[in-house]
Amino acid sequence: MPSETHTRVMPAVPEDAPRVIVAQPSTGDKIFRGILRASGWSVFVITGLILVFLVLRALKAFKFMGAAFLTTQAWVIQSPQHFGIAAILPMGILIALIAMVIAVPTGIAIALYISEYAPATLRRPLIALIDLMAAIPSIIYGLWGLLFLEPRILGFDSWLGRHLGFIPVFHFRLSSSLAANYANSTFIAGVVVSLMVIPIITSLSRQVFSQAPQGEREGAYALGSTRWGMVRTVVLPFGRAGVIGATMLGLGRALGETIAVTLIITPVFHFNYHVLEGGAPLGGGNSIAATIALDFQSFPNAGSMGLSALMAAGLVLFAMTLIVNMLGAIVISRSRSGLATAD
Amino acid sequence: MATTETAPPAATQPPADTPLRIRRVTAEGTLTLFGAAAGALALDWVLYERVLPFTGVLGFWVSWYAAFLLLYTGMAALQWDQLAVRDKVASVALSTGGILATAIVIDQVAYTLVRGSAAVKHPSFVTQSMAREGPLSPLGVGGVGHALVGTLEQITLATLFSVPLGIAAAVFLSEVGGRMARPVRTIVDAMTALPDIIAGLFILAFLILTVGLPKSGFAASLALAVTMLPIVTRASETVLRIVPGTLREASYALGGSQWRTVLNVVLPTARSGLATAVVLAIARGIGETAPVLLVAGYARGLNWNAFANWQTSLPLYIFYEIQLPQINEKIRAFGGGFVLVILVLVLFTIARRVGGAAPGQLTRRQRRRIARQSITRERTGS
Repeated sequence: MPSETHTRVMPAVPEDAPRVIVAQPSTGDKIFRGILRASGWSVFVITGLILVFLVLRALKAFKFMGAAFLTTQAWVIQSPQHFGIAAILPMGILIALIAMVIAVPTGIAIALYISEYAPATLRRPLIALIDLMAAIPSIIYGLWGLLFLEPRILGFDSWLGRHLGFIPVFHFRLSSSLAANYANSTFIAGVVVSLMVIPIITSLSRQVFSQAPQGEREGAYALGSTRWGMVRTVVLPFGRAGVIGATMLGLGRALGETIAVTLIITPVFHFNYHVLEGGAPLGGGNSIAATIALDFQSFPNAGSMGLSALMAAGLVLFAMTLIVNMLGAIVISRSRSGLATAD
Repeated sequence: MATTETAPPAATQPPADTPLRIRRVTAEGTLTLFGAAAGALALDWVLYERVLPFTGVLGFWVSWYAAFLLLYTGMAALQWDQLAVRDKVASVALSTGGILATAIVIDQVAYTLVRGSAAVKHPSFVTQSMAREGPLSPLGVGGVGHALVGTLEQITLATLFSVPLGIAAAVFLSEVGGRMARPVRTIVDAMTALPDIIAGLFILAFLILTVGLPKSGFAASLALAVTMLPIVTRASETVLRIVPGTLREASYALGGSQWRTVLNVVLPTARSGLATAVVLAIARGIGETAPVLLVAGYARGLNWNAFANWQTSLPLYIFYEIQLPQINEKIRAFGGGFVLVILVLVLFTIARRVGGAAPGQLTRRQRRRIARQSITRERTGS
């Protein structure tokens, strides 16, 4: 007690101490927060469980193939068993890359049109349309791609094959120019997947574009810029991080797309980078997700090596998409947090 | 003197200020656009259809578009300066993006509806199952009744599992926050783009292989719930974040505890947005094939019980039917697509209707009700 050791005029005055302004939550609030926190944590639990159970079920296949699982270009489940992801993983990535080559420019163009060019009365319907495009089931994309798009795209395919065949990716190894040989190819699967990725890229980039600061837009106009000049110097640089994040989330979606790819491709189990090839003699593309969807029925019993192999492939796909998606989500959240300080 | 005052020379007078019209539709602009389009069409027709050995509808339009952009750039370069040319070409190219998206969506929906109508025009298609159907049965026999039941039961269960958890997680992100909020948000974002087949694989590895449950509609609904959960959380959180902070503060100032505030103020304010989030998640879940594919089994007959035996849902039905060689099976697949697209469109329309309002914004009916209440209160009280 300082008042006892020192002589003061008014010894009874207590020292100034900051008042505690954080209210102690009531019991009800504690329980409530506990429930909410548990729900928030549940996404971690689910992701963890997915990882644990896939690893658990994949162990048998990993033990059997060892490191060769990553380097084998085959998928033979009947003995002598011999399987690996060295073909189906890069084939899936190839489909996703084709999809991204088409979807990123188109998605950004649509997003720019909606946020910068469209008349105000068209803006809301167009946003709804893009949302609807995301809500159309992938099986409908598959049906449409297989029976509507494919017959109409084959001519374009064979044109690419004949005239741009000197580019290795477009090379077509059969001399026949029969359009049917171009069916069920990696390229067509990539085109269909690109349509499913466009709404993701569009809606995320549109949100970022529309938040570009009004003052800088007007500044660009005041300096005599055209609308395109304003978009190029203000909106696009401002939205760059958001576009990158959107692209990565779209890539995650493209890597994991199952049903449309399964319906369209003729599966092959060796790495074939000639994206136009499909149909009977050469075979088309493949992906991990498509392999799982096509093969799982062959292995009804729980302990079989075939199922374990599929689980192992699924685990690789899961790990890959989780990393890509998390990077994308982090980039997007960075761009958002930057916004919060800018406002 | 008088003459100089009354008649000043017209040339020296400053012109009256007229506002500069910046978004004017000029005849030159419109005609250049249509001229380039028509010219490209003619050129493309001559070259693509007559001179060069090309085939295919899609290639025709791709080359038409390339010719159109070239012609338009050329015609623009003849009359405007370089900056204006770049601006015009960019705006035309970007506008095509919007038109393209519209065309694709309309084409997909219309194609499915048109091809499916051949099956759906038999009324038995929506009521019958495939139990009595053989490979050569006419379209009047066999339908999607069993798949419709399966879809509705599975999506109901999946909604029951995913919506409360998803909204609670969203409330955690927006109301509790803290150090864990950011990683949770990142994981939720990552899970929205989780490969849909992984959800099925997970339920297969967990419930069916490890716990030992049989394949059933229930297992399928759990797989759907895993895919729907992040969608619900993500969409709900964006809605909850724009609930005005002043409403929360008002509730706290009146002595409300946090759970009271959330349940009585925050959630009701965001009700319409939350409903949209839920309906959108349902629309996404209802069309998922891959999660269901691994764990539901494929039944040809009607199964009302989601907890026992195999159960088919609409996407699964389409997936199996389209792979069969007979033409009638393919038409049935499109019939299933017809029903599925209608379901998605209905859900989507509901979502737009309900969710048009921002949090706290009242519909006309709600405003009228409040006005009526206040009038009656004024009359009765004092």
